[in-house]
Amino acid sequence: MLDNLSLFFQYPSLAADVIVNGLLIGAIFALAAYGMALVWGVLNIVNVVQGELVVLGGYVTFLAVQAGLPPLLGFPLSAAVMFCVGWFIYRAIIFRVVDKDIFISILATFGLSILFQQLANAVFGSDVRTVDAGLGSLHLFDGTVTLSYVKLLAFLLALGAGLTLWLFLRHARLGQAIRATAQNPRAARILGIDTNRVYAMTYALNGALCGAAGSLAVMAWTIHPYIGLPYTVRSFMVVVVAGVGNVAGVVAAGLGLGALENVAGFVFGVEFQIAFVFGLMVVILVWRNAMAARKRSYLE
Amino acid sequence: MSALLEVKNVTKSFGGVVANRDVSLTVRQGEIAGLIGPNGSGKTTLFGSITGTHAVDSGDILFEGRSIAHLRPAPIARAGLLRTWQQTRIYGEMSCAENMAISAREAHGHVFSLLRPVPAATRRRGDDLLAFVGLHEKRMEKAGSLSFGQQKLLEFAMALMNEPKLLLLDEPTAGINPTLINGLIDRLRRANTELGVTLLVIEHNMRVIMNLAHRITCLAHGEVLAAGTPEEVRDDKRVLDAYLGVA
Amino acid sequence: MNRLFALRLNDWQIAAVLAFLGLAGPFLLPGLATQIAFLWLMVVFALTWDMLGGRMGYNSFGNIVFFGIGCYAAAVVQRDAGVGYFEGLGLGLLVGACLAVLAAVVFGAAMLGIRGHYFAIGTLGLGIAAGEIAAGWDYVGAGSGMALPLYPGELGQREIFFCYSLFALAAICFLLFRWIYSTRFGLALNAIRDDHDKADAMGLRTTPIKIFAWALSALFLGISGGLAANMIGFIDPRDVAFAGATFGVWMVLMAILGGKGTLWGPVLGAFVFHVTQELFWTYLLGWQRVALGLLIVVIVVFFPQGIMGWLAERRARALS
Repeated sequence: MLDNLSLFFQYPSLAADVIVNGLLIGAIFALAAYGMALVWGVLNIVNVVQGELVVLGGYVTFLAVQAGLPPLLGFPLSAAVMFCVGWFIYRAIIFRVVDKDIFISILATFGLSILFQQLANAVFGSDVRTVDAGLGSLHLFDGTVTLSYVKLLAFLLALGAGLTLWLFLRHARLGQAIRATAQNPRAARILGIDTNRVYAMTYALNGALCGAAGSLAVMAWTIHPYIGLPYTVRSFMVVVVAGVGNVAGVVAAGLGLGALENVAGFVFGVEFQIAFVFGLMVVILVWRNAMAARKRSYLE
Repeated sequence: MSALLEVKNVTKSFGGVVANRDVSLTVRQGEIAGLIGPNGSGKTTLFGSITGTHAVDSGDILFEGRSIAHLRPAPIARAGLLRTWQQTRIYGEMSCAENMAISAREAHGHVFSLLRPVPAATRRRGDDLLAFVGLHEKRMEKAGSLSFGQQKLLEFAMALMNEPKLLLLDEPTAGINPTLINGLIDRLRRANTELGVTLLVIEHNMRVIMNLAHRITCLAHGEVLAAGTPEEVRDDKRVLDAYLGVA
Repeated sequence: MNRLFALRLNDWQIAAVLAFLGLAGPFLLPGLATQIAFLWLMVVFALTWDMLGGRMGYNSFGNIVFFGIGCYAAAVVQRDAGVGYFEGLGLGLLVGACLAVLAAVVFGAAMLGIRGHYFAIGTLGLGIAAGEIAAGWDYVGAGSGMALPLYPGELGQREIFFCYSLFALAAICFLLFRWIYSTRFGLALNAIRDDHDKADAMGLRTTPIKIFAWALSALFLGISGGLAANMIGFIDPRDVAFAGATFGVWMVLMAILGGKGTLWGPVLGAFVFHVTQELFWTYLLGWQRVALGLLIVVIVVFFPQGIMGWLAERRARALS
């Protein structure tokens, strides 16, 4: 462990390779976290099934490639399919828990998470899947820093998707309705906004974001049925650090988390990377609470 | 009479909005003190500062001569300084009798001292205090099922159960049926004289506070506007202006 | 002690049926001894979860950590102590219980200040992190888990032994918790659940109370972990010891299904859930885990008040 750490500091180019690759993956985390922040802010739900939506999005791209479609077409396809899945989940389950105690919605979405994870396992098997986008790699500094083009592309696409949604929320009519509902659902209802439709739309948009993230994950990385929960926890962590309404913060925290995780995976060993993710979340929550306690005030 | 509570030059702001600026007031041992002021004048914020809900920006708060400005609510309560809330806070899923039992002073003890059934004497005292506020026949009902006014009375009884030296009451008559207000004033007085609890009362109802309090402090825009006997405060032109909205 | 046995007549009848099942069950239905043993394990799970989730209002997804610590403590002690089976088991249970309580005190001091859904998700992270750490730690067998020593008795004796051990544990847990809920400590837990800030403002020492409650849960979970590990004979870091997605969620689900914060609710929930689960295993082979996921969603969404809550509603309707 310490050997790896000294290695990390002795070879700046190696460190750069680890950090840059982490940042690129971090864009995928930021995308999923943006969706979680949206659902959290508008529906007041912590969507534990977030990670499974990402994984399902990955399987959509995987299936599309199996069926002979070009990998990059998988990106819009995953987003579109998961938009519909999100809509359906809202209509079937989420609308029943949206105004209940927040723990009920956590437990319900946790149940959905287990359901999807087992469904994916039953349908696709427990193998680790990946899609080769066939784009090759970029070698920098005499090959000490390797960047695959697909990760670069994933980075740009993730930021592009996030930016598109942000513009949509700012300027489109429906986007404004979503923001109004987030601020005050009762007032929105009085002003004639169909909040139930806004909720459904928000959840479906979240599905699309997750689908996009999953498509990028399967191209730039790997997926398997049980990798969903780490994405949920990453998203949660990013939103807790950045705050629900802070888009720039979510992007920054997502990228930072990606880099940090990659460094941790390098230093502690890849087998502890997931443990690091979950442990880090616990540390962040404890730290946040301790900070609030110092000010002699309470957190909600 | 010695000072039980001394608030010294307390300033508290929330994100740029100053809720209390340089507020000082004193509550003497054994009296009923009143705190009045228009909406938004910082009365409830001052209660929060005194009982440890949030830290003050500057100034000091002394209780029995000891600074409590950096203590959290629980140790302040154990020292004998308690508050009630404008919106009332009770334990909604528990029965009134249970609410009383867990509000007793013995519940301040360490964990292992709690591993004992509620003593019969405590139970009786809880019932007596419930009778004192007129809720005896409700003692087996869920506290959350009571009406707002009844919850307010329950909260008052719970506070008395805790045997505080000083009790801060946030609008005790708000939401209470007007025909019951005279009875409530009587009970507040009896708590003061018979149980020896010093009171600091926020009140909007002028008739009530002028009747009840020995001395009154008036806040406006977060600052102390006037202080003195009820007559002095009532006759102060600035107080009248503050209430009528004349700048 | 009088209070301990001062059950109402109605309670007596339920208790008698359970005691009969616990004492005579393994003899009458020797083929089901393992299932009955698991049932008592589930009862311990539901009861210990309910102390925090139902009585104190702290919904933990991480209680599985204490179970896992109990599993591993027993396995390591029995592997390294070099004593006979039962001495090793006893020592292992003791060490497991102590470590679980210690963990509860440490995690509790750090995490029980966190409120609401932050606590729920935080404890979820705790449980999974523990499983991942165990899965990467060579001293405890890393990802391939640990095998427990073989039970020395005759074939079929092992199931009977653990069936009775877990029954005893569940019974002690139930009676002790029942007594605890009748004390001021039980009222303090309820007060924290109903209004934490009010409980603080009334001078309760909420932090030690919360930590003690978690430690008490951890005590029973730690012991149950050691017993379960020996009964199963093998511990896998993610699927047995720190099985957050099965045992960890079931704890929550059973307590909710029966009725949070009620005396018999968790016991009842454990029964109903365990039987349902066994039926799934028998009739839905291959899809049982999918069906369980669906069951969680259905219970939470359509039946959040639980069996006891439903009965109370019906009684209220019958009276009015």
